[in-house]
Amino acid sequence: MNESPHDHHDCCAHHAHHHELVIDRLTVHYRRVLALDRVSLATSCGNRVALIGPNGAGKSTLLKAIAGLVPRSAGTITWRGTPVRKWSREFAYLPQREEVDWSFPITVRGLVEMGRYPQTGWWRKFSDEDTAAVERALESLALRDLQHRQIRELSGGQQQRAFLARALAQEAHVLLLDEPFTGLDRNASRLLAELLGKLSHEGRLVIASHHDLASTADLFDEALVLSTRALAFGTVREILTDALVDRAFGQITPAS
Amino acid sequence: MELLSNPFYQRALAAAAFIGFANGYFSGFVILRRDALSVSALSHTMLPGIALGILATGALTQWNAFAGALFAALMVGLGSVAVSRGKRVAQGTALAVLYTSSFAVGVAVLPLLKTRQQLEDWLFGNIVAVGNADLAISFATGALILLATSLLMRPILLTLFEPNVAAAQGVPVRFVQYLLFGLLVLSLVSSLQAVGCVLSVGLLVTPAATVALLTDRTPALFWGGGAIGAIGSAGAVLLSARFGISPGPAIVILLGGLFVAAYLFSPRYGLLFTKRH
Repeated sequence: MNESPHDHHDCCAHHAHHHELVIDRLTVHYRRVLALDRVSLATSCGNRVALIGPNGAGKSTLLKAIAGLVPRSAGTITWRGTPVRKWSREFAYLPQREEVDWSFPITVRGLVEMGRYPQTGWWRKFSDEDTAAVERALESLALRDLQHRQIRELSGGQQQRAFLARALAQEAHVLLLDEPFTGLDRNASRLLAELLGKLSHEGRLVIASHHDLASTADLFDEALVLSTRALAFGTVREILTDALVDRAFGQITPAS
Repeated sequence: MELLSNPFYQRALAAAAFIGFANGYFSGFVILRRDALSVSALSHTMLPGIALGILATGALTQWNAFAGALFAALMVGLGSVAVSRGKRVAQGTALAVLYTSSFAVGVAVLPLLKTRQQLEDWLFGNIVAVGNADLAISFATGALILLATSLLMRPILLTLFEPNVAAAQGVPVRFVQYLLFGLLVLSLVSSLQAVGCVLSVGLLVTPAATVALLTDRTPALFWGGGAIGAIGSAGAVLLSARFGISPGPAIVILLGGLFVAAYLFSPRYGLLFTKRH
């Protein structure tokens, strides 16, 4: 599980240097409230990174800031050596379940097709390439049979897969997931865990907020302990020591 | 039916089809925005707008009624968006305050006008009185709505589904929201002639609401809504002549009937076929 991230995926082998995501002293304010205070981390594709910390620690804010959904007050985000000004097509954000309007009359396929809008722009018709990307995404997440379902008619795990499929259609390399395991039953959790493992093996960088400490070591390679500031970052084995976790959660054992 | 050879009647049918299509098409966006109630508020706002238009110019014509309704609806509609931008006041709240206030102004002004009789037409519509100029206006309005929303369909859908993500992807979310509100008002005003301001909500909500019971494909909401709006409106004008009722209410009754039928008999979501997958 904790072998060096450089061995366990194959996408970046042909690149001179790794696909690195470097976040440097990222600071975010909501109005006057300091939500993130000089958070830094450096990781690379092929990893699964957990953001852990108590409620209000800024896990969602960090994901949204990386995705460009909330403005940052200071700090830089560098992806593959290039600064990300506001948004990158290679980043895909998967919202927390309760933030999605599930009754929106859109099918799974329609949702996945939305992933191509950044490529197609506002007007261009779907090319064969766009259609092929949609088909591949549906295929690899086993959604072909469900493609004409409205998104509310899916189970929790299928809904996660539908949004992941949209990210794949977008050809995103960095997947930013907000509490992806919340509300899934055991079986769906296991399937999602396998899927995230597969996606990171293919060379994607998975960053997810996660509140269940017990399962963190099984599901992720690296972890960032967050409490407005970054308290620690490293491989899950290094990070998940009692002292650090106690500091982040203020000695209160979280309900899982 | 010798009525069909009557030029007034032909114009009424054409106008009903145009207006029905444009409003039905746009009803898709009303459904996706989930603000049918604010549409109802806006449609009532048009009445004092017309009253103010008459008061300002001293006469009731198509143009000053149109301008007055547009002005009042824009003031209230865009005002509510602007007030709610501060996030202190929800848009529904802002809208309720502004529209009741302006409606009160209209009610106060109405008795001062000598054209009360003709105002009945603005309340419930009078499509048989439609002239060539009216027909041109409703056609142009429909074309504009169709053109603007077709060109901007992707940014509009992104904005409606996930405004955060859309903004991050560079969609001018605020512009899209103002544009939708502007087009909404235009649709309402264009339906005045057919169904009047009290009933216009029916034409601007029911068609896509009916389609939403039949399909989950987003594009079908718009085109299907347009088709139901056009066929329902023209059909209702035909039926109203047959049964001697007013065309305005007939349009809304027929569309409402189609909605109930879809609610009961839709193979997907109908009450009588609630099979789950």
